[in-house]
Amino acid sequence: MYAQMVETGVKSVKTSTEMSSEEQAFQTRIDADIKIEPKNWMPEAYRKTLIRQISQHAHSEIVGMLPEGNWVTRAPTLKRKLQLMAKIQDEAGHGLYLYSAMETLGADRDDEVQKMHEGKAKYSSIFNYPTLNWADMGTIGWLVDGAAIVNQVPLQRTSYGPYSRAMIRVCKEESFHQRQGYEILLHLMREGNDAQKEMVQDSINRFWWPVLMMFGPSDANSPNSAQSMAWKIKRHSNDELRQRFIDQTIPQLQILGCTAPDPDLKFNEETGHWEYGEIDWAEFFEVLKGNGPCNKERVAKRKKAIDEGAWVREAAVAYANKKQQRNAA
Amino acid sequence: MADWTLFEVFIRSKHGLNHKHVGSVHAADSEMAIENARDLYTRRNEGVSIWVVPSAAITATATDEKEALFDPSDDKIYRHAGFYKLPDEVGHM
Repeated sequence: MYAQMVETGVKSVKTSTEMSSEEQAFQTRIDADIKIEPKNWMPEAYRKTLIRQISQHAHSEIVGMLPEGNWVTRAPTLKRKLQLMAKIQDEAGHGLYLYSAMETLGADRDDEVQKMHEGKAKYSSIFNYPTLNWADMGTIGWLVDGAAIVNQVPLQRTSYGPYSRAMIRVCKEESFHQRQGYEILLHLMREGNDAQKEMVQDSINRFWWPVLMMFGPSDANSPNSAQSMAWKIKRHSNDELRQRFIDQTIPQLQILGCTAPDPDLKFNEETGHWEYGEIDWAEFFEVLKGNGPCNKERVAKRKKAIDEGAWVREAAVAYANKKQQRNAA
Repeated sequence: MADWTLFEVFIRSKHGLNHKHVGSVHAADSEMAIENARDLYTRRNEGVSIWVVPSAAITATATDEKEALFDPSDDKIYRHAGFYKLPDEVGHM
């Protein structure tokens, strides 16, 4: 998921009798699947939760460009380089659609970006892992974007109109990302030498567990889910989406001729689902706290980009003013 | 971002449909807004024409006026073609 553990600030979901008449009308609208639009009345906690979730989602798209940016100058062919650049440009676009949606809630983009730089706002834990070999570009497209798709497809029906519309745009573009990633890996596995095949397996071994963590903590340990689901900000539980992802991914893994680094992985004939081993949640929470392999590097890079771009933004305003004066004269 | 203007973006697709609202961009002026909108909203042949309008220049209906403005059209079913019953032999009209 691109937004993990979004606080709702709510201890328990209110029953209908505990709600004010405004809250009741709001919940009735949500229950009837009528979208909430920027000018509609909404509970303050709903607004704040959405700002947290959409900003976290947007920050993930923006920070998510960094691990891939690492390989633009190292792509093996011009074709791969162009594809990678197109994908990275899409991620920037996704971040911008999401920031726009967030601004309709009255949030300020600069403030929210500042919060991420100060460590007060999160982005997906997955982007705190390094990209060590070329196969990682394939694995990210296939598994990371694949996990994001599983999460984002239901978010197209999320209750807040502008967020839902941003997700519809994003989902249209994601399948290119996943297919280009899978093709990179397939090419290495089918045409590559032994070292290249090992590179693919090594990449999958490193990303497998962090990708499963993208869906957030297990349902038993997900205190904010009930409220987010009542508000239809979230439409399925973390474990449900994780299971959906695993079930669709294992056949693709087998076609590649690779394995998952999970000795407990097995197909349950009765349920028709793949069962998987215990996720190392201690690692997940450490990464969220800021102690992953690349947290500091990622935030430092984002800060540097904003700081060193300040003169460009100022120059653009100065130029626009000058043009306006010239046109007025 | 704070001293840049927020613009709403409208795109007309190839098929001759109306310009349609697609989202917003920040820009120092309208020319830059067009450039940003092009990069952001037309990376895959989504359009052949772009309009940008400063968000502040848009006047919108208020949500609490919804009933007063739009309900009166609810009871005028005679404005729809289906209201008029014609014999089958007339065929498609």
